Amino acid sequence: MTEVNLVEAVNLALAQEMAADDDVLVMGEDVGINGGVFRATINLQKQFGTTRVVDTPLSEAVIGGMAIGMAAQGMKPVAEIQFMGFIYPTIDQILNHASRLRNRTRGRLSCPMVLRAPFGGGIHAPEHHSESTEAMFAHIPGIRVVIPSSPARAYGLLLAAIRDPDPVVFLEPKRIYRIAKQEIEASGEALPLDTCFVLREGSDITLITWGAMTHDTLQAADALTEEGIHAEVIDVATLKPLDMTTILESVAKTGRCVIVHEAARSGGVGAEIAAGIGEKGLLHLLAPVERVTGYDTVMPLYRLEQCYMPDKQQIIEATKKTLEFV
Amino acid sequence: MAVHKTTIKLTKAHRIRSDTSESVARFEIHYHRCLNAEGLPVYSLSEVASDPERLARLYRAMMLTRLFDTKAVALQRTGQLGTYASSMGQEAIGTAIGTAMRPDDVLLPTYREYAAQFLRGVSMTEILLYWGGDERGMNYQQSREDFPISVPVASQTAHAVGVAYAFKYRKQPRVAVCILGDGGTSKGDFYESLNIAGVWKLPVLFVVNNNRWAISVAREQQTAATTLAQKAIAAGIRGEQVDGNDVIALYDRMRLALARIRDTHEPMLIEALTYRMCDHTTADDASRYRPDEEVEAQRVYDPMHRLKRYMLNNGYWDEHKEQQLNKACIDEIEAAVKAYLETPPQSPQSMFDYLYEDLPDALKVQRAHAAGRKRDD
Repeated sequence: MTEVNLVEAVNLALAQEMAADDDVLVMGEDVGINGGVFRATINLQKQFGTTRVVDTPLSEAVIGGMAIGMAAQGMKPVAEIQFMGFIYPTIDQILNHASRLRNRTRGRLSCPMVLRAPFGGGIHAPEHHSESTEAMFAHIPGIRVVIPSSPARAYGLLLAAIRDPDPVVFLEPKRIYRIAKQEIEASGEALPLDTCFVLREGSDITLITWGAMTHDTLQAADALTEEGIHAEVIDVATLKPLDMTTILESVAKTGRCVIVHEAARSGGVGAEIAAGIGEKGLLHLLAPVERVTGYDTVMPLYRLEQCYMPDKQQIIEATKKTLEFV
Repeated sequence: MAVHKTTIKLTKAHRIRSDTSESVARFEIHYHRCLNAEGLPVYSLSEVASDPERLARLYRAMMLTRLFDTKAVALQRTGQLGTYASSMGQEAIGTAIGTAMRPDDVLLPTYREYAAQFLRGVSMTEILLYWGGDERGMNYQQSREDFPISVPVASQTAHAVGVAYAFKYRKQPRVAVCILGDGGTSKGDFYESLNIAGVWKLPVLFVVNNNRWAISVAREQQTAATTLAQKAIAAGIRGEQVDGNDVIALYDRMRLALARIRDTHEPMLIEALTYRMCDHTTADDASRYRPDEEVEAQRVYDPMHRLKRYMLNNGYWDEHKEQQLNKACIDEIEAAVKAYLETPPQSPQSMFDYLYEDLPDALKVQRAHAAGRKRDD
């Protein structure tokens, strides 16, 4: 057993998978001697050398594109984009090529790459460093979008992402990179990439979330327990493909649901989940599905950041509103 | 081989020695040509120029591509093919690339490079299937590692850098050959890829097919740079110009470039100067934006005409061989067209079958739904 925080779990998964497979390569801006701006890749270059832990020029579009070329040759590149605000030049490559290479060549070429990026707000970062735009990627057919919310899930899901034969966008909630340590068994065992995680069972309401908001949602669930309200908490974790089965089973049990995400409300993944519940779970619902989300605004600079971010109190209030609906 | 030196004009500040500045860097771009428009040597020729069999193979590749092109446009005009991008007049570039590459190199082409693809073993039926709306046209049965045609302009330059990185990482003596057009050299992907290839010394050859037109935007409107080849200089890699309608010069320069890249792992860029004799695609009408006289004036530089004249002048070729070759190409094309037209369409559920290695459960309902869909025809 090893005690690690979330960013250390990322590092551990990278180190283990690089040791196990010579085709795995890490690249990105400042990932080498600097170990990444969040230290996710610390000591990897020392261990694996400069040809496997590669400091790239400042070229986000080509970081994404190069990974495709490497992957088509059977390598397993793990490319880091330093912050989600800088990931957008890669969308052309992810949308036009990575997601389609297997399909357009009818399986002749494939793209086993991982694109990692820290995302989300709450750390008083500069402009363009705090957005949550996971829904943009979740809309792209042919890729997987994965968001861990604990050290154990970061470790197991990243192993799975690296081993997966298709492109994976792996978004790391930087607000909880170091919030807590967890004992994990670094056994090299991967977690499934198509299953939600039920973090807490409960019978009164289902709280559905992912990323850093998982932390706030669990705190809200704790507070609600003290009031005798037993919330089931689901960490979606794999936003694409989306495991509606687990979600629908939970909603069938509780009849009530609140979806929590930091990203802007309109067109967010929460809307997709709510629509899925509407399509398949309507008759189980005892109340309308509530959403607790960021506003449909530009992410503010950090003095107003806390006024943008959804919080524990909002989750508690939305839960009570849902429970009070008759 | 003729080598015309073109010195890039440096800024005034660089040229004039003064008390406060001195020239710290000077660059030259060389232009290469073997035959003039009449097929007459302008400089000493390499051994390929005296090898009738190799010359005939180059000529055959150009003829096959041109006749295929003519057929493909006819198929489109008669409703039997979707939008098609012709390579009319530019066959020498792909011919030289495809002939100079080794089978285990990897080609990353844009559209309009059929000559190279055919020489790599991509079939004419596959190219027809692709433009005929069928993904199986990108499942090349011969050149398994070559990339399919890249439609988003210059995006393939980044893939080439990644492929080349894999070659270098595995210590394989292979080269990634990336073709793009003159318009593509205005894109950020191109500059970023050149930059990385240069700094990491990757085995990649960038070939810029400068056909002077990016749909309706002329080369002069793309950039103020004197040559496109000099864009390589900024990335610290070698760049040169070749007459893109002179297949002997092109083949020599490609061969030298590939040998050098294989040997040194230093990337290179070749700008091949040609002219787009056709519309951008069958959906385009070039008479809207360029005068017919300009196109007509280019006919004398035709790459097939030039090689044929050279071969005739040297007794390597005659009209009988010409007619035999013409017939052989047409027979091959007709067989490919027949195979294309007789290929039954894919099933609707094939949309799902190559999306992921294993289709996620979440998509199985959609796949079952698609299976019930009917096509229009």
